[in-house]
Amino acid sequence: MVLKIFFPQCCNKADSGLLVGHWLPGQDSAVVLAVIHYPFIPGQVKQYIHQIRGQSGVDLAVLGSWSMPKEGQEGMESFLRELRTIFPQGRWLQLSREMGKIGFTCNVLPRDQNGKLVEQEKELEKVENDLEGKSGKDGRGWKNEEAGGEGKTKEEKTGEEGDKVIFVHYEQRKVMLSQLHPTDPPVPLTQSTSELRQVFGTVSQSESLFFLDKYDDSPVKLTHWQSEGREGSIIVELMKQASTPVCLLTAWILVLWTSLCNSRILNVFPLRFISSKLCSCVQLSYRTEHLQTVSSPTRATSHTDYMRKANIFMSFLLDVTLGLLLIYWLYRENRVGQLANALLPAADRVAKELEELLQWLMGAPAGLKMNRALDQVLGRFFLYHIHLWISYIHLMSPFIEMILWYVGLSACLGLTFALSLLSDIIALLTFHIYCFYVYGARLYCLKVYGLTSLWRLFRGRKWNVLRQRVDSCSYDMDQLFIGTLLFTILLFLLPTTALYYLVFTLLRMVVVMVQGVLQLTVDFINSFPLFALGLRVFRSYTLAEGVKFSVLCEEPGTPLHLMMDINPLKFSSVVQTYRTATYSCYPKDSWLALCKKLFLGELIYPWRHKTTKID
Amino acid sequence: MQNGEHFGMEDETYTDIDGKAISLECQSHSGFCREFTVSSAKVSISRVMVYTCAVWMTAYIIFFFTEVDHETLLVIGSLGVQVSSSYASGRESTDFIEMDKIKDIVINEAIHMQRVIYYLCILLKDPSDPSGVSSVVPLFQSSKPRLNCLVKVYRSCQEILAKC
Repeated sequence: MVLKIFFPQCCNKADSGLLVGHWLPGQDSAVVLAVIHYPFIPGQVKQYIHQIRGQSGVDLAVLGSWSMPKEGQEGMESFLRELRTIFPQGRWLQLSREMGKIGFTCNVLPRDQNGKLVEQEKELEKVENDLEGKSGKDGRGWKNEEAGGEGKTKEEKTGEEGDKVIFVHYEQRKVMLSQLHPTDPPVPLTQSTSELRQVFGTVSQSESLFFLDKYDDSPVKLTHWQSEGREGSIIVELMKQASTPVCLLTAWILVLWTSLCNSRILNVFPLRFISSKLCSCVQLSYRTEHLQTVSSPTRATSHTDYMRKANIFMSFLLDVTLGLLLIYWLYRENRVGQLANALLPAADRVAKELEELLQWLMGAPAGLKMNRALDQVLGRFFLYHIHLWISYIHLMSPFIEMILWYVGLSACLGLTFALSLLSDIIALLTFHIYCFYVYGARLYCLKVYGLTSLWRLFRGRKWNVLRQRVDSCSYDMDQLFIGTLLFTILLFLLPTTALYYLVFTLLRMVVVMVQGVLQLTVDFINSFPLFALGLRVFRSYTLAEGVKFSVLCEEPGTPLHLMMDINPLKFSSVVQTYRTATYSCYPKDSWLALCKKLFLGELIYPWRHKTTKID
Repeated sequence: MQNGEHFGMEDETYTDIDGKAISLECQSHSGFCREFTVSSAKVSISRVMVYTCAVWMTAYIIFFFTEVDHETLLVIGSLGVQVSSSYASGRESTDFIEMDKIKDIVINEAIHMQRVIYYLCILLKDPSDPSGVSSVVPLFQSSKPRLNCLVKVYRSCQEILAKC
């Protein structure tokens, strides 16, 4: 069996001492986490390890000894061998390295079944890389060389059946901070999880081991990744301190706001119905929910929770920034005033276009001959509506600029809010188109139902409501007569109604498309995982899809040395995994169902919000 | 009117029946001899060159980003198998499969377009069915070597897989 030792790069130049780590259960591997230096008292070491084991939950143990003797420290070897008896366990690793030499020796001392120590020495040499000498820095000089073929294993010198050793070097800090995807809920490191997951889990759960350092004044002196320089940032610490009161304040404000929203005054039926239809109200409630998640004082326990909070926070920041930019652009050159001044003429123009359209329909549209009387009735009816609408707009004209001004200010709550407000304003301004559509659709729908029913009568059949099927039926003579007459009338009036229906449905579709595009933009800003993408770009090791190995330069006949790098997640997977779930509006029906509804004249509401009820 | 004199260049622009601009030049050689020249816009060679270069450069850039330079298979006994392909742009895409998930490495036959080809692939274990295969990972997909090359790689891989 091949023994795999995961060795941190920071310990490559550590002073002699004991190796502390974890034997992975079920695999023939060990993860070295730190080196405890001399001088130490074995009792204190055992106590310390026991304490850390309790704190972190990782089954730490002393794996073996590490010796890198300096001048005047000969005779370490025998001393190290005696340590074996103090920390008894299954296998004992004796790794040693000599200063200035490229050599690295490793002895594996297994315990045989009789309980006696069976020594099985083999000398395996580890070849050091040229670049390490050049760079002079610890661990960062390993040359990554991809071997063109398979890795080689060493021939035993002793010829006995023994362990082959693979050294896998890993960068401790990166492995500790990274998260293997797909992130399952954290499971205890059992035998069934994969080896790599166990390695990552071990290192990240042993955080409490990395608090004490060899530079600290403690009975136990360790070397691990912190020894290369303490990691810390004043800004981060300050933000952590400041975040708690800010969170509490935000949470309190949100509680006030939600209680206001849910108060009885605002819960009267019409208001509630209207607010569920308006995009801006929906967006507001959605953002309130988000802020509640972010400002909750409990720390995020799992990785997914933490990423979710961070993504929501970043998207909120982005939103507000874009909103402020929009405000700056709008108010800089009094664009709001220009907009307000342009709005009235635009509304007038739309109304005029509609009037022309109706005049065209009342004539002979596209060369079709319409029923004159019905045409005139419908046309005049709609013209009167437009006239009412224009009067209404003119009535509102003095207030429009002020309204727009305040609406523009509301963009400071976020660009998404401004866009949803815009979508709502469009809906309000095109309300007459919506009304026309409803009238046309209802009329057409009535006509189609009438036609189908009378067609059945014409053929001598009837719809059986009880059995939900068409049955034959014998009608009276006068029933048949009137029915046929009505059928003929409806049939010949069908083109006129159908044309009006078609025209207004198309207009309505245009408005719906515009609203849909706005909603999609809002949705995109809401759900885009900015934080996750930022992490992927700047700290790609935190989101790991897997690992990649590269064989370090070695001489033939020596054991394998591998460098384990983190293979970061692909951008598309990042976006897919960390998308915030939104109330996204998506088409309610498939294209076929939509066409069928259009043909029958049923009212269509193509976009459905996930949380609201279906009409 | 003198010999060889041109009429005044009128500001009126002329076009042909398709709408393309043409120019009219009238030259009067003598009282009873006049010459008229109608010339149309030429397609300059520099324009043609620019367009051709743009098309070729676009094709090259697309090629540059999608063409595979070399593919590597790294087999580490008892740890796993690493498959990586590196592109002409220097980008590398790597995938590591742990030994626990690997059932075997085999040479398979496949019908590809109008031919029957051999390809080397890794069989992955099915967690629910110990003797089944959940998926197949084909190797050397861009280079598509022939059987003699595959057999060499296959024999080497089997040596390692057999040892652990």
